Amino acid sequence: MPATKRKTKAEDSAVKPAQLLKFYREMLLIRRFEEKAGQMYGMGLIGGFCHLYIGQEAVVVGMQAALTPQDAVVTSYRDHGHMLACGMDPKGVMAELTGRRGGYSKGKGGSMHMFSREKNFFGGHGIVGAQVPIGTGIAFGYRYRAEDNVCLTYFGDGAVNQGQVYESFNMAQLWKLPAVYIIENNRYGMGTSIERASSTIDFYHRGAAHGIPGAAVDGMDVLAVQEAGLRAVGHARAGKGPYILEMQTYRYRGHSMSDPAKYRSKEEVEKMRTQHDPIEQLGKLLVERKAADEAALKKIDREVKDIITAAAAFAQESPEPDPSELYTDVLLSA
Amino acid sequence: MRNAAGEITYAQALYEATVQEMERDAGVFVYGLGVDDPIGMYGTTLDLHKKFGADRNFDTPLSEDAMTGIGIGAALAGLRPIHVHQRMDFLMLCMNQLVNIAAKASYMYAGQVQVPMVVRGIIGRSWGQGAQHSQSLHAFFMHVPGLKVVAPVTPHDAKGCMIAAIRDNNPVVFMEHRMLYNNRGFVPPEAYEVPFGKARVLAEGDDLTLVAISHMVVEAIRARAHLAEVGIGVEVIDPVSLAPLDMDTIARSVEKTGRLLVVDNDWTNCGASAEIIAETVERFQGKRAVRVARLGYAPVPCPTTKPLENLYYQNGRTIALKAYDMVKGGVGHWEPHGEDAKEIAEFKGPF
Ligand SMILES: Cc1ncc(C[n+]2csc(CCOP(=O)(O)OP(=O)(O)O)c2C)c(N)n1
Ligand SMILES: [Mg+2]
Repeated sequence: MPATKRKTKAEDSAVKPAQLLKFYREMLLIRRFEEKAGQMYGMGLIGGFCHLYIGQEAVVVGMQAALTPQDAVVTSYRDHGHMLACGMDPKGVMAELTGRRGGYSKGKGGSMHMFSREKNFFGGHGIVGAQVPIGTGIAFGYRYRAEDNVCLTYFGDGAVNQGQVYESFNMAQLWKLPAVYIIENNRYGMGTSIERASSTIDFYHRGAAHGIPGAAVDGMDVLAVQEAGLRAVGHARAGKGPYILEMQTYRYRGHSMSDPAKYRSKEEVEKMRTQHDPIEQLGKLLVERKAADEAALKKIDREVKDIITAAAAFAQESPEPDPSELYTDVLLSA
Repeated sequence: MRNAAGEITYAQALYEATVQEMERDAGVFVYGLGVDDPIGMYGTTLDLHKKFGADRNFDTPLSEDAMTGIGIGAALAGLRPIHVHQRMDFLMLCMNQLVNIAAKASYMYAGQVQVPMVVRGIIGRSWGQGAQHSQSLHAFFMHVPGLKVVAPVTPHDAKGCMIAAIRDNNPVVFMEHRMLYNNRGFVPPEAYEVPFGKARVLAEGDDLTLVAISHMVVEAIRARAHLAEVGIGVEVIDPVSLAPLDMDTIARSVEKTGRLLVVDNDWTNCGASAEIIAETVERFQGKRAVRVARLGYAPVPCPTTKPLENLYYQNGRTIALKAYDMVKGGVGHWEPHGEDAKEIAEFKGPF
């Protein structure tokens, strides 16, 4: 994939082994969580919408490493990875998928709609592109109160064609808002390839008319993501206005659970899996650098699996919401 | 497609109508997110691009607002666009173009122009659809002079309404509930129109008039079967078109039964049910006492989890209970039982 790659892996010696291991663990947590969610969906424990993030893990994990805990994140419906990267509890996320009381939205929001004040996660959103002005508004709030925080707004290669994205870009630059826009270019919006939906596919360029700097990043390489993330977040935090990062990535699974993905070839998916997998690539690097051996990586996998097993158990044991919950939270008490 | 009884599904009926109109009029074209994908909108637009060319059935970028305007422009220029939306909810992005322009163009320009456009919106339902993928919102469109709104329920009406909508010189919002797509029914193979503004009496009865909208018609028929067991006769009416609305047929039935229950596939507040009841009361006041009631979604955003979602919607039993109360004047207790709606339990996407 054509991206401004970070130069060579060897030049990253600045990144400490402990940090690499942390990336590995965080990406694996998302991968295993999503695999489990897919499995539970197959068993009928989860229904309806469920958009898996498998393949794109490096994007959120690398970006999160560029943030402080006060910074905010807002994204679309493909949100499980973002929530886990923000440090939200896998139990609460999984229990929301199963529609239980212990879920982040008590079962009322489902896969697409969770929120965490504590972790500054401002939600998954189901209307494509609608989170872009919302992220811009969060950034506006920070500037208004002269707070030092940045808001990351994630959206897809499909969302990038909504008009409100450009209205937001203009205002973010006009008002120099601390907004970082992350376009997760996974090459498809549902069954529509980027070539079929976009007149130009250099999405990092989409802010050029507003003078917003942008960069394309190998979104399968967590170190490249972190590096670009630090640059973009630094720019926004310094009061220089918004920044656009186009993460070139790939989703291995269908758009949602019922998508047979007939619009792309098996070979295309296989090639990404075998040659660009973000977790495998990092695993290799860890071994090369002698930061870990196979046994150590296996141990991480076991620990992650334990967390996921516990989350899945919690999601099945947590009771269903009380019927009265149907009527709560519509209007808050004044 | 057709079985021995000449039956096809609701989805196939929409497909057949579209094909016949595209054959008849080269100005008819279909566009919207995913219309040319291998699933083809539940089969309703399946491979139309192979049959008619890619310029007559095409996928669009995620740009609903501008795409609505582009459709209006094309319609002003003499074409007959059909804009398809995977959910009614996404029509919220089209409101400015539909309400401020499409609905008013012919009036503002004193009849010099027309906007012959069909906007198809699919209503979502089933576990996990949630607040942003399950709305009907037809009341928004009914509210605005200059828009037509139809919500056919049977395969026969789906085909006839689609053909009428395409031929209509006004913008038509065409509502499809996805729990209806697999329903089968007799559909004449030739092209025909189901005229707007003509309600259908689907079943007769003397005790209560039950007007139901979109998928709630299916539940109303279930309710009627429950009520028949206790000797209550229900007349079920499907308005088919909501704007224009055939109040004469509804009023004729209420004249007979003296009781009107309206069940909407939407919230009741300021909705189609409010409109139907208000018009009924206006007609009968001072002439005949009528009992009226309405049912709809619980007055909350739609929850995702199944147990709460079950409470959110009306069904054959809740409708039957309400009707029973209206007929018996709240006296007596009754517990209708029976199966849950199969089309809902068995729905397996696509999501
Ligand atoms: C306004 C609106 N239109 C259509 C949809 C249906 N829809 C849901 S996701 C999607 C594709 C979005 O693709 P992209 O932005 O690339 O995100 P990805 O799914 O690849 O993460 C579409 C068309 C929607 N949810 N909202
Ligand atoms: Mg995409």
